[in-house]
Amino acid sequence: MSSGSEAPTSGEYIQHHLQNLTFGQHPDGSWGLAHGAAEAAAMGFWAIHVDTLAWSLVLGLSFYFIFRNTAKKANSGVPTRFQALIEMVVEFVDTSVKESFHGTSRLIAPLALTLFVWVFFMNFMDLIPVDWLPHVASSLNVPYQKVVPTTDVNATLGMAITVFILIIIYSIRFKGVGGFLGELVFNPLNPKELGMPKAAWPLVMAFNFLLEIVGLLAKPVSLGLRLFGNMYAGELIFILIALVFTAGSGVIGAGLSATFGEHIPAWFWVVACVAVFATLWANMKEKLNNRNTLCLLLAEMLVIGGLAFVGGQLMHFGWAAFHLIIVTLQAFIFMMLTIVYLSMASEHH
Amino acid sequence: MNMNATLILQSIAMMIFVWFCMKFIWPPLLKAMDERRTKIADGLAASDRAEKALADANREVEQQIKTARDKAGEIVDQANQRHGKILDQAKDDAVAERQRQVIAGEAEISQAANQAREELRATVASLAVLGARQILEKEVDEETHRELLDKLIAEI
Repeated sequence: MSSGSEAPTSGEYIQHHLQNLTFGQHPDGSWGLAHGAAEAAAMGFWAIHVDTLAWSLVLGLSFYFIFRNTAKKANSGVPTRFQALIEMVVEFVDTSVKESFHGTSRLIAPLALTLFVWVFFMNFMDLIPVDWLPHVASSLNVPYQKVVPTTDVNATLGMAITVFILIIIYSIRFKGVGGFLGELVFNPLNPKELGMPKAAWPLVMAFNFLLEIVGLLAKPVSLGLRLFGNMYAGELIFILIALVFTAGSGVIGAGLSATFGEHIPAWFWVVACVAVFATLWANMKEKLNNRNTLCLLLAEMLVIGGLAFVGGQLMHFGWAAFHLIIVTLQAFIFMMLTIVYLSMASEHH
Repeated sequence: MNMNATLILQSIAMMIFVWFCMKFIWPPLLKAMDERRTKIADGLAASDRAEKALADANREVEQQIKTARDKAGEIVDQANQRHGKILDQAKDDAVAERQRQVIAGEAEISQAANQAREELRATVASLAVLGARQILEKEVDEETHRELLDKLIAEI
């Protein structure tokens, strides 16, 4: 599935799928896209992942326009179904914020909503079959395309950094600079309360600071890396499933290869699609009852898809169904942790 | 998976999106939702009130029906009483009329009887005289026996 004419090996296939489209300055001074991981690494820090940013922006803007459209049309009358859906999400976020964040802030609820929906959208890109968009990109002569922004550690840590900045701003806003710094050096061992001699204070405070700064920095790191790790692992499993399926290797993929040889002809997929579509159509026109439809669909999938279905498609479907939970859950966790961290920052303890 | 400036740009993008949401999405949506909540609460309260009003109205209607029924009963009673009275009156009137008629009839009858008696008396007197004349054949002078004859007439 790479742009090359020769079929890639498994290793190349995986590496290709995990490589971002990087734009930056080559060591020789010219600017351009990196071809391969080595070139991307050589560009150093001042390079950008074009695909990550582009998809982030596209998804962020879709979030903005979908919600903005609804918000503009929203009134206190009877809501449309779509409006009700949007309001359900908003209500859900609002409830989560109210339960976890006890201070007052105009920012926190919109922040939580943005994070939840945006991260969910970005995660959701994982459920688009892994080869589609890279394939389209490669036919447009774009060498790499990694479509899930949250599988890029830069994206997740970038968001975590914003949250980190907000944590510091909130700490200072609610406790003052002195309170914030005091919390860093007088926890967990408070020399004043322990009645230590003044001479020992700097030592204890340094010790406290060491512990607390680790705790503070752990927040954005855990926030960003948790999301990244989950999504990266999920993506990798999709790639592995796709690899097993498309390469036609192994016992599971052997069925189709045995019938059609190396390449599965296009008409095979056309027939399969038409048959499944016709079955579903007949069901919707009520010419087939649900039971018969299900039997027929199963038969079609077994006959037409053969072992290929049982292998690749079923595995893909199973993992996608499971991943759908992860996608939603990780978006929720990212939102919740942000709220909780900011709540902690705004409370004395 | 190398760290680069994407980190910073993503961070900036997030701030902008959050600002968008805070400015243009959250307030109108929340406002609409809160307004609807108030509206629904008002509607529910209004329906409660209406229900109560309906119950009140029902009670009042029942009361009125009861009053009307009582009044109707009263009217019927009065009518019955009046009916009896009229009937009695009519009866009394009829009885009086009958008595009057009877008395008038009796008077007429007695008058007619008297008259007939007078006529009969006169006729009998002349018949008696005629008879006597025939019996006595001129022997009896009318003049002479006048006194006797009158006595006879009176006795009839």
